[in-house]
Amino acid sequence: MAIDIQQDPSLTQVSKGPIINDFSIVAATINGSGSQTANTTLIRALFKMGIPVNGKNLFPSNISGLPTWYTIRVSKDGYVARRDEYEVLVAMNRATQEEDIQKLASNGLCLFPEEWKLKPTRSDILYYPMPVAALAKASGADAALRDYVANMVYVGALSELIGIELGEIENALKFHFKGKAKAINLNLGVVQAGAEHIRSNFAPSDRYRAERMNGTAGQVLIEGNSAAGLGAVFGGVSVVAWYPITPSTSMIDSLKEYADDLRVDAATGETTCAVVQAEDELAAIGMVIGAGWAGARSLTATAGPGISLMSEFAGLSYFAEIPAVIWDIQRMGPSTGLPTRVSQGDLLMAYFASHGDTRHVVLLPGNMAECFEFGTTSLDLAEELQTLVFVLSDLDLGMNLWMTDPFKYPEQPLKRGKVLTAEDLARMGGFARYRDVDGDGVGQRTLPGTQHPLAAYFTRGTGHTDEATYSERPDDWENNLRRLVRKHETARKIVPAPITDEVEGAKIGIISYGSNDPGVQEARDILKKNNLPSSYMRIRALPFSESVREFVEKFDYVYVIDNNFDGQMAQLLRLDMPDKANGIVSLAKCDGLPLTARWISGAILEQER
Amino acid sequence: MTVAPPPKNTKVNMIGLERADYKGKPSTLCAGCGHDSISAQIIAVCYELSIPPTNVIKLSGIGCSSKTPAYYLNQSHGFNTVHGRMPSVATGATLANHKLIAIGASGDGDTGSIGLGQFKHAVRRNVPMVYIVEDNGVYGLTKGQFSATADEGQKLKYSGVNDLPPLDLCMEALIADCGFVARSFSGDPKQVQALLKAALSHRGTAVIDIISPCVTFNNHDESTKSYAYGKAHEEILQEITYVAPQQEITVDYEEGTTREVKMHDGSKIILKKLGPDHDPTNKYRAMELLERAHQEKHFLTGLLYVNEERATLPELVKVTDTPLVHLPQEKLRPGREALAKVMADLG
Repeated sequence: MAIDIQQDPSLTQVSKGPIINDFSIVAATINGSGSQTANTTLIRALFKMGIPVNGKNLFPSNISGLPTWYTIRVSKDGYVARRDEYEVLVAMNRATQEEDIQKLASNGLCLFPEEWKLKPTRSDILYYPMPVAALAKASGADAALRDYVANMVYVGALSELIGIELGEIENALKFHFKGKAKAINLNLGVVQAGAEHIRSNFAPSDRYRAERMNGTAGQVLIEGNSAAGLGAVFGGVSVVAWYPITPSTSMIDSLKEYADDLRVDAATGETTCAVVQAEDELAAIGMVIGAGWAGARSLTATAGPGISLMSEFAGLSYFAEIPAVIWDIQRMGPSTGLPTRVSQGDLLMAYFASHGDTRHVVLLPGNMAECFEFGTTSLDLAEELQTLVFVLSDLDLGMNLWMTDPFKYPEQPLKRGKVLTAEDLARMGGFARYRDVDGDGVGQRTLPGTQHPLAAYFTRGTGHTDEATYSERPDDWENNLRRLVRKHETARKIVPAPITDEVEGAKIGIISYGSNDPGVQEARDILKKNNLPSSYMRIRALPFSESVREFVEKFDYVYVIDNNFDGQMAQLLRLDMPDKANGIVSLAKCDGLPLTARWISGAILEQER
Repeated sequence: MTVAPPPKNTKVNMIGLERADYKGKPSTLCAGCGHDSISAQIIAVCYELSIPPTNVIKLSGIGCSSKTPAYYLNQSHGFNTVHGRMPSVATGATLANHKLIAIGASGDGDTGSIGLGQFKHAVRRNVPMVYIVEDNGVYGLTKGQFSATADEGQKLKYSGVNDLPPLDLCMEALIADCGFVARSFSGDPKQVQALLKAALSHRGTAVIDIISPCVTFNNHDESTKSYAYGKAHEEILQEITYVAPQQEITVDYEEGTTREVKMHDGSKIILKKLGPDHDPTNKYRAMELLERAHQEKHFLTGLLYVNEERATLPELVKVTDTPLVHLPQEKLRPGREALAKVMADLG
């Protein structure tokens, strides 16, 4: 059957010669079927061939059974944003195959298990039936492992069809299985059988080819949550409390793994980084605040629903002025439905979380280097400003594999903020906890256990004098609020500044943040080809640096790209600079997927029309 | 700490501090509130045990009882957290610095209602702290609603009749495998002091539920949390003598009627049995006694259960002996070569 399809003369006519290193592969599988090893093997092999690559896992909230799509984008130009289109389909999920095949680009390749006895429905694509079950069985794998190794059939088939080097696949398997020969050989055997099946039964394909190039030299592949966990370990975090919630869980898993390796004394088994799984998010943030109050560098990681639960404590951290860090790996929510889909929907909530006039410092990492770097930055800012710091990553950054330059070792010493010792107190003759001694809105604090009779102070939320004594006097409270505004202004100066790319002759300005960056970058290239050169500012923190206003003022209007429905960043910009509100044009989309360059550029071109 | 030499003729404890060094701010609770008596016992006990107040942290949630940390130990860092969440804050603080002595003050609403989950999880984790519940069965600050420990059938002006059975916080602590469970009555300063001393020597979570009548909203004779009821129906489990590690034991030791419990720091509690023959290491017996007291509408005071075998949370997590908060950068941030290796392993 296969050969018949392949030899259909109408098909060979539409072939236009190979597209090299510029296509996407989708593996449509069933959740829980063990395809992740196959997919990461493919990515790693392509990456090691020097080809820029990015993987995006679109998965359901489910342990097994629901459909999953894993997209591997291969891009000689280094584009790593999501693409809607795909040219190569590995159809492994019968329930979705019809729609999956329908969406495959014209001229595409479709691999599927031959057991399905699929009737071809499109004449503009090539069908490649694979004897998945037979090859898995022939591998000699235990019945329990057979479903997992079955996925290696498509790895092998793809290697033959598009030219992924078998040597690099073998290396990727060695990496994945940490050198365990039995597992490597079992999987490699199936890969080879899959490749052999294609070689023996089909004419060589020349439609899409992966060719070795020099586009990834010196780089590494990592997920944002791993980068963040590693960053926190190098940022000196010492108390971590958390409650499991997708998509933040893997950040703590990574953090714990790195901490167990790098922060445990091999001789005594003692750790310098305590990690506690709390009973809920209320307790997780409570532990973080207790630890921060006592003087530890402390964090939790969660997602939107967790932030909702943590909001009362967020206010306590703000008004009692206690260092704390919350990593929010954003997703849709609440409740069931789309918890495994990406969104930037927590921006407004995080900035204003809690009751009273709270405005929090919010960091917005946009790539792997920043996920790592903000591990330190967030803890530094929390202690310097004595407040809660949010870091808003998201599912796309956090749970997908990204290329990055190796992380730079943090050169600056840890910033521990204004902490007075017993010696300081002896010299000063005491202190006032909430007095603005330096004019930056940040008071001095002492840690519990400081051995001086004047070290202690009483911590409470609202209602205190600058000496931390109880007060319900209106002027005491108002003065406190004014100082907190000064502190917010200090934050404006020391949070990570935006990254700006100003282009000579740019007609438009684009503002965005976080995981939108790859899509915006690619969209700008498309706009440029459409004679619409643009300048771009990527915001990396709230409150806004002064340079944000300066950028906005350069244009009659700026486009603000959000991956949420209400255009939350645009709203914040309008609030921050109401005089410029009319020139802030929101382009927002919220469908659970990372923004594509096609959508961003299309939305801007439509506005410009 | 530099301690100025005390003026002559002033009584000081073993670390040279006067009783006044353990005082707090004046109380703003109602005159006659049982909670103020508990604060006075905390002051007395910390002074007598010569505990450096700078080593103590005092934490609370929200409510009348949670206001009390301001009324004792001015030289200790205090933290009035949010309602029902003191246990988690204490968990974080003691992980960050396990050498601190943590005293948590809470109430029946703060612990039994909104904070029941955090209470039980802190106990389950064996967070090293003295957890005092100042239990009056009523919400005072919001003017008289029932809490989870209010008696079934009890009447209050604001809330009418309580239809629900009370939670027994000592029972809850026992079920969560608490290693030190005691109950007392704020009108019995001697027993409160003895139990506080023992609790401060306990290495894990020590829960003391202290019935503390609310003079304003819940001091009716029919309430089991009133003074009159407490005095009339208190069933004292044992007479307790606490012997500090530094002291020589001079208490009479009468075979058959006393029992000695040795604490991890070398101190001892000597229990002279007055009531039923209670073995404080028998958890089932403690539960049975509590249930019977509940049925008979008595409340049982004394040390119900003690067991120091369980590891505390900082021990389980294996934090460094030097408190985490005192670690220098070299200990908190791995070296340059460590990052280089992680990067190489990714490549």
